[in-house]
Amino acid sequence: MSRQRGSSRPVKWRARAHVLAALGDETRLSLVAKLCGRQPYSISQLTQGSKLTRQAITKHLRVLESAGIVHSVRTGRESLFEFDPQPIEGIKQYLDFVSEQWDQALSRLKSFVED
Amino acid sequence: MNNHIEKRIELKAPVSRVWRALTDYREFGEWFRVKLNGPFVPGQVSRGQVTYPGYEHVEWEAVVQKMEPERLFSFTWHPYSVDPKIDYSKETPTLVEFRLEKTSRGTLSAHRVRLRQGPQRPPPRSIPHE
Repeated sequence: MSRQRGSSRPVKWRARAHVLAALGDETRLSLVAKLCGRQPYSISQLTQGSKLTRQAITKHLRVLESAGIVHSVRTGRESLFEFDPQPIEGIKQYLDFVSEQWDQALSRLKSFVED
Repeated sequence: MNNHIEKRIELKAPVSRVWRALTDYREFGEWFRVKLNGPFVPGQVSRGQVTYPGYEHVEWEAVVQKMEPERLFSFTWHPYSVDPKIDYSKETPTLVEFRLEKTSRGTLSAHRVRLRQGPQRPPPRSIPHE
């Protein structure tokens, strides 16, 4: 039996969960930190200075790509990866929304106990 | 990015009053805007119906974690689990904690919401210690 009866926006929630899951990894977070300077990087550049293999880095980039956090653009024989700020901005808005909801709940608690 | 949101609020009411507002299921329901079916019991699922305008169709379900009298009340839940097609019970729930402290003017409530962390299943029935 369905737990709810109302309308929903499943795509949005699933996408957010996807972004959070993609960010929940040290290697991927470090890749995001590198790429969010807005300059596109090749896989070779991203592998340099890392203990991981090219294949491993590529795998992590694909996870970020599937969540929309990075996009790959082909230039000649190479793939360059560039950062897209939009999905993380969406998460930030979501956290602001949660924060705002709690502010309202706590202000109701305040009136409730002080009245 | 932080995985928690923390808020502190000073309430001009004694700790015992705030504790009752948090842990009496009827009082909690009034300000939190949920109609709960029964009292909070650590380790047990709390169910009810959201009464927040526009969200009356959403069912509330949380697992009460800790109830340390006049000190700590916590529960885990899946906030905004608005999609009937998703089984939210498989996802990591949000841990919500209320910590109370007596101050000269009343009660300080430190409230923390930890996102994507916390036990998946109800804890043992005894009140766990930190």
